[in-house]
Amino acid sequence: MKQLKRIAERIVEIMLTVSGSITSLAILLIIVFLFKEGFGLFNSPIIEKGYALCVNVTNPVNKLNPYQIKHIFDSDITHWNELGGSDEEIVLFRFDEIFSLYADEEFGEDYALLPEKLGEVIAQSSGIVAFLPEEYLPTDNNQVKILPSTNISIFDFFGGKEWMPTSTPSSLYGVLPLILGTLWVSVFAILIALPLGLGVAIYLSELASERMRKIMKPTIELLAGIPSVVYGFFGLVVLVPLIQKMLNLPVGETALVGSIVLAIMALPTIITVAEDAMRNTPRAMREASLALGATQWQTIYKVIVPYASSGISAAVVLGIGRAIGETMAVLMVTGNAAVIPHSLFEPVRTIPATIAAELGEAPAGGTHYQSLFLLGCILFAITMIISISAEVISKRKHKGAGV
Amino acid sequence: MNKKTNQKIAFIAFRILGLLVVCILFWILGFIVYNGIGVISWEFLSTAPTDGMTAGGIFPAIVGTLCLITGSIVFAFPFGVMSAIYMNEYAGNGRIVRFIRVMTNNLSSIPSIVFGLFGMALFVNTLGFGDSIIAGSLTLGLLVLPLIIRTTEEALKAIPDSFRTGSLALGANKLQTIYRVVLPMAFPNIITGLILSIGRVSGETAPILFTVAAYFLPKLPSSIFDQAMVLPYHLYVIATSGVDIEASRPIAYGTALVLIAIVFFMNLLATILRRYFGKKVTTS
Repeated sequence: MKQLKRIAERIVEIMLTVSGSITSLAILLIIVFLFKEGFGLFNSPIIEKGYALCVNVTNPVNKLNPYQIKHIFDSDITHWNELGGSDEEIVLFRFDEIFSLYADEEFGEDYALLPEKLGEVIAQSSGIVAFLPEEYLPTDNNQVKILPSTNISIFDFFGGKEWMPTSTPSSLYGVLPLILGTLWVSVFAILIALPLGLGVAIYLSELASERMRKIMKPTIELLAGIPSVVYGFFGLVVLVPLIQKMLNLPVGETALVGSIVLAIMALPTIITVAEDAMRNTPRAMREASLALGATQWQTIYKVIVPYASSGISAAVVLGIGRAIGETMAVLMVTGNAAVIPHSLFEPVRTIPATIAAELGEAPAGGTHYQSLFLLGCILFAITMIISISAEVISKRKHKGAGV
Repeated sequence: MNKKTNQKIAFIAFRILGLLVVCILFWILGFIVYNGIGVISWEFLSTAPTDGMTAGGIFPAIVGTLCLITGSIVFAFPFGVMSAIYMNEYAGNGRIVRFIRVMTNNLSSIPSIVFGLFGMALFVNTLGFGDSIIAGSLTLGLLVLPLIIRTTEEALKAIPDSFRTGSLALGANKLQTIYRVVLPMAFPNIITGLILSIGRVSGETAPILFTVAAYFLPKLPSSIFDQAMVLPYHLYVIATSGVDIEASRPIAYGTALVLIAIVFFMNLLATILRRYFGKKVTTS
């Protein structure tokens, strides 16, 4: 009996130890799954899966990058000489068009003659570029050149200026507008939230009466507790029309509204962390300053704020982290246009909003799906860096302050 | 300008800023309550949406949210408490604990949409749960795990060591000390942490977008492998992409009010408990 009890206790202790590692395990799993799915993108071809591009064998162009392909099929590029080829007009040929050139009977049983007919079409025109499914490629026609498929490159992903994940035949995964959109919205949010939050933190730690603190602290906690979708809803029905009317804008869903909403959401974090840092200033330092004849205000900005500066920086960093990762509120108020932002009064699109808006429509395992996971990886990396640097900054506390 | 006037101006500015923050909260709250209160009725809370979400109630969404709260807490609470016990009672203050603490901090700073991605990759696709209550619960459980661990740890830390040594001196072993002395004493504060977690879970939208949430379901979920309608997602949907956005506005106000009411009720309960037991557990 006693033996049994001892074994039971041992089991419980093992369970406790195992649970101790659960958060580390969770992070490990998140990294594995995010990066596994995300980095699959760089092993995927630039052209839609199961398709290939063919040109006439006389065409000197041997390779096309995703941007060229997209502009060709959008008819923005109309001559081969723009791509280093001969001075000839580009003739677009999509797979469906073959059915208007030949009658159905001509393809034979089970479309066995389809590749041959496609080959004929390509052989006839020297400026043609054909977008065909791989199973019907005219492989044995020596008049046809199949362009080699290359994989999506890391450089195109991080340096690309266009995010068009659903354009065919070649999607564009340029992440630059999304990264800039995220930073743009978050940085302005902090520019709004920092003076406000710092002021409130000073008020709470230095000026407010005990009764006022008792009212303010729960208020700020409640502000932190409001779900982000409610902030988004409030922004959508109140701030969007308000800003649109006040500034006379064509659309109200802009980076500015996103920044304002994010600023309100980041306030509780900034206030709480900064206030804690200021309250930690030793009493002796305040009293020494006051004894030297400084006013309370001079003490605040010459002694307390510098002393708490590492805590305040940590507050800023954590606030930015909160703003960068915020999804729903931003998704609802920023208008979600995937273009590089030029002003605050235009719609922008952030990384989290892109994931939230597009993942539902991206088929699992496809390049679009993978690219969204890669966005998740970027977000994960950014917030990890932020969280670790906040830790480092607040550890540096009091060094050099002479206490 | 002398330094006294300087101070006066600065202090007035700070007071105004403080007031401003309170005003922002009351503006948001007032707006939602003012527009939503008229919609709330027993019928609104107890019937399903009808006419393309422009009429009827939000009953299925409330049920879905309750399912998710239960599921995620059932998963996160035992693990969170055990993890905290391990860190505070067993692991000492070495490198391992510091590492775990950093990891817990990091986990809590990961954006909720990344949890959504992860939940979709692991629970929905790899483990094959599909869009289901269990996938959503596990994802949300992971999200609140750091909060539960931190509040439990603080609760355990608040207990003076003399109670532990006293119990050990009476011949109890370590495990007996933990579940006979330490846990009963820490219980109120642990429950406060639990309540805060429930508030957090009920408001999260991004993690459930791709793991459980359904746009509209004609009937209630019958097992943990079913999809469910959920309050925050319901609000998002009818606010942005309903059939007739203008006509469903009142429903949106009502949903927002219910959502805020749940979250605030949980916060209030936690505050009251905290006051009652006199120990501090913080959200941040």
